[in-house]
Amino acid sequence: MEKLLELLEQDCTVPAAALAAAAGISEEEAKTAVKQYEGDRTILGYQAIIDWDRVRKENVTALIEVNITPQSIDGFDRIAERIYQYDEVESMYLMSGSFDLTVIISGRTLREVARFVSERLAPIQGVTGTATHFILKKYKEKHLVFRPKDPEEREYIFV
Amino acid sequence: MNYDNILNDKIQNIKPSGIRKFFDILEEMTDAISLGIGEPDFVTPWHIRDAGIYSLERGHTKYTSNAGMLQLRREISAYLERRFDLQYDYAGQILVTVGGSEAIDLALRVLVNPGDEVIVPTPSFVCYGPLAEIAGAVPRYLELKAENQFRLTPEELKAAITPKTKVLVLPFPSNPTGGTMDRRDLEAIAQVLRGTDIMVISDEIYAELTYGRRHVSLANLTDMYERTIVVNGFSKSHAMTGWRMGYVCAPKPIIAAMTKLHQFGIMSAPTTSQYAAVEAMRNGDPDIEHMREEYDSRRRYLVDSLNRIGLPCFEPKGAFYVFPDIRSTGLTSEEFCERFLLEEKVAVIPGSAFGPGGEGFVRACYAASMKDIAEAVARMDNFLTNLRRKQGREG
Repeated sequence: MEKLLELLEQDCTVPAAALAAAAGISEEEAKTAVKQYEGDRTILGYQAIIDWDRVRKENVTALIEVNITPQSIDGFDRIAERIYQYDEVESMYLMSGSFDLTVIISGRTLREVARFVSERLAPIQGVTGTATHFILKKYKEKHLVFRPKDPEEREYIFV
Repeated sequence: MNYDNILNDKIQNIKPSGIRKFFDILEEMTDAISLGIGEPDFVTPWHIRDAGIYSLERGHTKYTSNAGMLQLRREISAYLERRFDLQYDYAGQILVTVGGSEAIDLALRVLVNPGDEVIVPTPSFVCYGPLAEIAGAVPRYLELKAENQFRLTPEELKAAITPKTKVLVLPFPSNPTGGTMDRRDLEAIAQVLRGTDIMVISDEIYAELTYGRRHVSLANLTDMYERTIVVNGFSKSHAMTGWRMGYVCAPKPIIAAMTKLHQFGIMSAPTTSQYAAVEAMRNGDPDIEHMREEYDSRRRYLVDSLNRIGLPCFEPKGAFYVFPDIRSTGLTSEEFCERFLLEEKVAVIPGSAFGPGGEGFVRACYAASMKDIAEAVARMDNFLTNLRRKQGREG
């Protein structure tokens, strides 16, 4: 069943019959497994990966290093929850190394991002410091490269 | 000038392939799906591309030795031993060529005299017959049978051999059928060949793409090594079609003769590609496994789907083609492909393009994304339903 998850992670738009064949199981088995994975939140959801630079004039993503001091026995998770509940937070990870959390947020403008950091994130109790890095260019995300297709010379040969 | 009087008769007698017209239509279409081109859909793995780039950065831009770089021949020798239990001496038994196709051309040229016969089992890739003709030989097409899953049987071979037979082409795993020959099948062929002077050009370009079984070369069999010319290359195994990297292995006198010809016509295979190929041999085995697994998934899906929608299709154990039987539609393979392309915008290739025995079948290449394959299947289903409805009305 791990194969099924790998295939879904690669491309969740492939029809069920094709997925099942690729995973070496029946279509029925695949459908049941997917339902179960969705139910127990092994599969969290399905999203498209979009190159927003091709659509919007301005689009800002920032990676914020956050240092925190755990307040209670719940430790990092409690503070983390206070941060990730904000819709602006796109992704968030607990880190090893010189800072504690990586918070990735997307906004339409620099101002939006700056406001989030100064007005929302920094004041949270237990947050001791932030360092905001703006992402200048996205090259690759989830194995997909942010680059328009090279124009292809469509002249086929018979092989 | 009347160029008909100028151009060599043999080349004029070779008819251009009828497939061109499909490709012309396809090139004009916008949302067409092509299962027509026999080429990996993968890009060459990055570490291999990088090795090619690095060789350029280092300034390796000159000819190599005629037979190919020593380090590459060493790697090929180790690879063949590792993957297929084949022993070939890097000094004198391996020639690096411009794709497997050059190797086939060279092999035919150094073997045949005018009038010699070359047995070409069909349906098969289209180059063997024309290259044999240009070399001065007479191709004898041997029609393989669907009921044998397009394997060559000893009876068929025996019937095709004449006193003039010089060469047998053994194109397995097969383009276009996906058919393979296992050790037992090859043993039966070897039995027919023993005691003759017939040489075998074993085109093993798809050797790495076999499913559920390991490829066996005729050269693995007792007494067959001395008469077998093994043709292989990087195009299919490592998704390196554009690099034009092939190689051929054979007994020393054969390779010496082929190298003689190669040095005049080619000098040496492209140097950048040879450096990339060294990397492919050294660190590319996991890439092969990865791509094979992908192809295998698609193969299973496509075979199941075609059988489900009513195009009987035997399970091909090699290459990346399926060869479904379309005779139930009442169309010729060319009509089928033309209508399928025009009505549903999916390109597959008529079996008739691959020589005698191909009529009644079409070749679909599953070296395409699963999504494209799934969409092609849906369109095929639609096409067949419409066709049967129309035929029902007419009938």
